[in-house]
Amino acid sequence: MSLLRVRDLTVAFGRRPPVVRGISFDVEPGQRVGLIGESGCGKTVTSLAVMGLLPENARVSGSIRLGDVEVVGSSDRAMSELRGDELTMIFQEPMTALDPTMRCGRQVAEVLRLHSTAAPGAARERVLVMLGEVGFADPERIANSFPHELSGGQRQRVVTAMALINSPDLVICDEPTTALDVTVQATVLKLLDRVLASQNAACLFISHDLAVVSELCSDVLVMLDGEIVERGTASGIFTDAQHPYTKGLVATSRLDLVEPGSRLPLVEDFYAGAER
Amino acid sequence: MTADKEMFAAVGLTRVFGRGAGRVLALGGVDLTVRRGERLGVVGESGSGKSTLIRLLAALDTPTAGSVSFEGQPVTGRPERELGFLRRRVQIVFQDPRASLDPRMKVRRIITEPLRSPMIRAELGDLDPDARVRELMEAVGLDYADADRYPHEFSGGQRQRIAIARALAPKPHVLIADEPVSALDVSVRAQVLNLLDDLVDRFGLTMIFVSHDLRVVRHVCSRAIVMRQGRIVESAPTASLFSDPQTDYTRALLAAIPAFRGA
Repeated sequence: MSLLRVRDLTVAFGRRPPVVRGISFDVEPGQRVGLIGESGCGKTVTSLAVMGLLPENARVSGSIRLGDVEVVGSSDRAMSELRGDELTMIFQEPMTALDPTMRCGRQVAEVLRLHSTAAPGAARERVLVMLGEVGFADPERIANSFPHELSGGQRQRVVTAMALINSPDLVICDEPTTALDVTVQATVLKLLDRVLASQNAACLFISHDLAVVSELCSDVLVMLDGEIVERGTASGIFTDAQHPYTKGLVATSRLDLVEPGSRLPLVEDFYAGAER
Repeated sequence: MTADKEMFAAVGLTRVFGRGAGRVLALGGVDLTVRRGERLGVVGESGSGKSTLIRLLAALDTPTAGSVSFEGQPVTGRPERELGFLRRRVQIVFQDPRASLDPRMKVRRIITEPLRSPMIRAELGDLDPDARVRELMEAVGLDYADADRYPHEFSGGQRQRIAIARALAPKPHVLIADEPVSALDVSVRAQVLNLLDDLVDRFGLTMIFVSHDLRVVRHVCSRAIVMRQGRIVESAPTASLFSDPQTDYTRALLAAIPAFRGA
């Protein structure tokens, strides 16, 4: 049985036309699926719908099943039992995802305590182990630091520790490396790869950068104007894209193939509808 | 004006922030020459001193030690009122157009703002602002009919075009682009890079292009300096940075470029 089963998901805000239009996809246990598309295509709204975190004026129809739980129409209380436990999320900007007034160790421990009955001492122990797992050589110091005392890459690792400490079934990553330098991005991607594998967690990885997706995901969904226009294995998408929009995305992300100084290919060269 | 004339010459450029225990050496004795017509890449991670370097070049900050000269004239140590030549001839495009464009100004006012500066007007003489807006919007691929709209009505890529138009308004000699595509989608990145490339050629600009992404720098720049902890660790033609990096740090930057798995 699929871990996540999305069917005919449509999301609209207020009276405006829907931003996600009848999409369907599955994520199997342990599978890593990349969801790519440009700003405004509906990828973040899709991820928030899965998390049950859409604002109140969102109109949602269709079905999102996580295991045997239906997310659409679920109460916030029911969802908060899932969130942080079976289902977690890593956001783009780690500074806003962390509470600036709370030491990092306590923030990670909070996720643990909300979902288990671990004694405070045992929780602290597990937090330190988890901080070690996300690559901190000195977990004690990190646990005692405030978010502003850490670098962007360190903060994103703390967020990763929060997302993975309860051994979730599914981690949603919403552009987790977009705000980071290339070198830090490489470190965070390697780390995600390792911890996702060690916990056998599935992942829905949202990005506008195909190169980043290809580093982590086995499968790819391409989203355009609220619809999934192409899906396939990562290598299939990169070598043999079918939809003109996907061809354009692949071409724009292959800077390495373009002769330096010459004109870069644009999505519009392949797909006229991308003009915006 | 000879073709290889120096635009910028920096000698022993040093900037220290704070003092005592909190003292941070942001830039430690950088020597740099930027020649006319050159496209120089400045590469490094956050905190490597890239932004401090360009702020000092553009005289937005004062060095702790060392000096900058621009087109043969000293910059360091001169009062602001004598810097008109630099203010007009050196313009900057910043990373995030959501932050660098005033949300309460219409595009027309944003683009002509540099032309209202008394120092720049003294340099440039009076230009017809409306004609200039039309010219610039067309140059950056925007529709002049949109001149009376606000920045929030534009997409990220279009906003960066507005920022570029504003930078070009006073007819600069040097364009400093500080991570101009880092905040943009990959698909929009190509559009903006192509545009910068065209404009630099068309107006004969010298460009200093700051980025943490070596892929982008290789595409845009003929020469690049690699910075780390406030120093230049490598300076070479970009092609040889890729084919034959001389330092471990450059090699680490190259290794961090996301590779296409299975492609």
